Amino acid sequence: MIGIGHYLAVSAVLFTLGVLGIFINRKNIIVILMAIELILLSVNINLVAFSGALNDLVGQVFAMFVLTVAAGEAAIGLAILVIYFRGRGTIAVDDANRMKG
Amino acid sequence: MSADLALIWPELILTIGGLITLMLGTFAGDRQVGLYQLASLVTLAAAAVAVIALFGTEATVFSGTLAVDAFGGFAKLLIYAASFVCIAIAPRFFRDGMRAEYPVLILFAALGMGIMASARDLMTLYVGLELNSLAAYVLASFMRTDDRSSEAGLKYFVLGSLASGMLLYGISLLYGFTGTTDFAGIAKALGGEMGTGLLFGIVFVIAGLAFKISAVPFHMWTPDVYEGAPTPVTTFFASAPKVAAMVLLTRVIVGAMAPAIGAWQQIVIFLALASIILGAVGAIGQKNIKRLLAYSSINNVGFILIGLAAGTQQGVEAVLSYLLVYVVTTIGSFLVVLQLRDREGQQVESIPALAGLSQYRPGLAAAMAVFLLSLAGIPPLFGFWPKYLVFEAAVNANLVPLAVAGIVASVIGAFYYIAVIKTMYFDERSEAEVSGGGNILEGTIVAVSALWLSVIGYLFIGPLATASAHAASVLF
Repeated sequence: MIGIGHYLAVSAVLFTLGVLGIFINRKNIIVILMAIELILLSVNINLVAFSGALNDLVGQVFAMFVLTVAAGEAAIGLAILVIYFRGRGTIAVDDANRMKG
Repeated sequence: MSADLALIWPELILTIGGLITLMLGTFAGDRQVGLYQLASLVTLAAAAVAVIALFGTEATVFSGTLAVDAFGGFAKLLIYAASFVCIAIAPRFFRDGMRAEYPVLILFAALGMGIMASARDLMTLYVGLELNSLAAYVLASFMRTDDRSSEAGLKYFVLGSLASGMLLYGISLLYGFTGTTDFAGIAKALGGEMGTGLLFGIVFVIAGLAFKISAVPFHMWTPDVYEGAPTPVTTFFASAPKVAAMVLLTRVIVGAMAPAIGAWQQIVIFLALASIILGAVGAIGQKNIKRLLAYSSINNVGFILIGLAAGTQQGVEAVLSYLLVYVVTTIGSFLVVLQLRDREGQQVESIPALAGLSQYRPGLAAAMAVFLLSLAGIPPLFGFWPKYLVFEAAVNANLVPLAVAGIVASVIGAFYYIAVIKTMYFDERSEAEVSGGGNILEGTIVAVSALWLSVIGYLFIGPLATASAHAASVLF
């Protein structure tokens, strides 16, 4: 029987992968965008699993909000990435260093 | 439902006004600056009037997800005023690059911040926060042909999304282990025994919100974004969103997490001390005035958090007063930065270029000196008063070591403010001379806020204390 603990474990693993994906990855900003999506989806697993376990609909409504906002966030992220690429001709993480200090 | 609608007039006005401004910009074209500028300013003024009209109303609307109260009203007035200034000063800065997106994005960001200030449910908290953040990411990269601006937008987006993710993860844990997203319900559930899951939830939520107020150790984005974003946008970032996020954090901590004081108080104390110290140390040696002001804002957020760490009504009052004085000071100092241009009309941001400013722009140099000393909290200036209030609140809440550490750090912090003043007043006049005066609007705002901060502010202590006490009493 799969219980709430299993869902929480999967979600915690996905969340950790997402955070590590942002910090460890030194190559490509697109990968960071994917890592952000992973974090948001791990949250959705949490919300829906809790919603089922508590027999309460609020968690699922919340998951719909998260999905919608995640779509908007991805669109804005890609748009910023496009203007960044136009100006610099690269999307490598290590090249984002015009400002330091 | 329709009764609820009558209580959210400020939000309705901002939504409709934002859409109208968007339409005006689309159909009349970006050249008609006066038109959409006027529409956005009228919208903000109308929303502020609606907030004032709603003072005295205490209600929760839409199934208890939004609160209409004096606490939110106080914050909203501050947010709308800061947004108003940031729209008004923009056309002169962007010149031909001015586009209708700018006022529209600020209006929608102000709408999101208003929702943050009124949220009393994790769901409205999240939606308000994202509405503000998504608009802010675009604003940071508004000058799309400028390398630094697009890099600022990119950094802000990546780190901001990470913070939203952490906040959401915390929210999901809080929801799962308390069974509700309502602040009052969470407070009730936290009164019982607290497990690891709840503790993690509290830590993640505070971490996510600490990012938005740029408290150490979640401050890494602040100097880069403040430097790279166009100056009017930086002015906006340093003022209104700080108020909204701080008020939201106060609502979450006092409204939802109050019974778990053992869990959050240590975290807030750590954030406060780390911000004060790193804000003071990091600013030393900065050559860019916008970066310096970024560290100064980190430093000031630390002092505001001292008031919050007290967790008492007196502490919340101190937080509100501090926010008001901080917003006036920050807007004033960034408006001075906005007026610094070289002979070709390019923005001057380097501190060495300010050498000898007092000789040829004495008014501007004097105003900047007032703002910097006020940010440092040097006694005759009004910036001292809110610092005194937060320390008083901390001492009364038996946090004497925190107050002492804060006072010591604020003395260290005064060093770099005074270094800038020394450059302006006592150094040899620099080669890269700053010329190009401001217009009447900017000059008036700078002069009024500098005068208010110098001594006149003390005349307003009475009404200010009454207003903040009334606003803070709502939460207790």
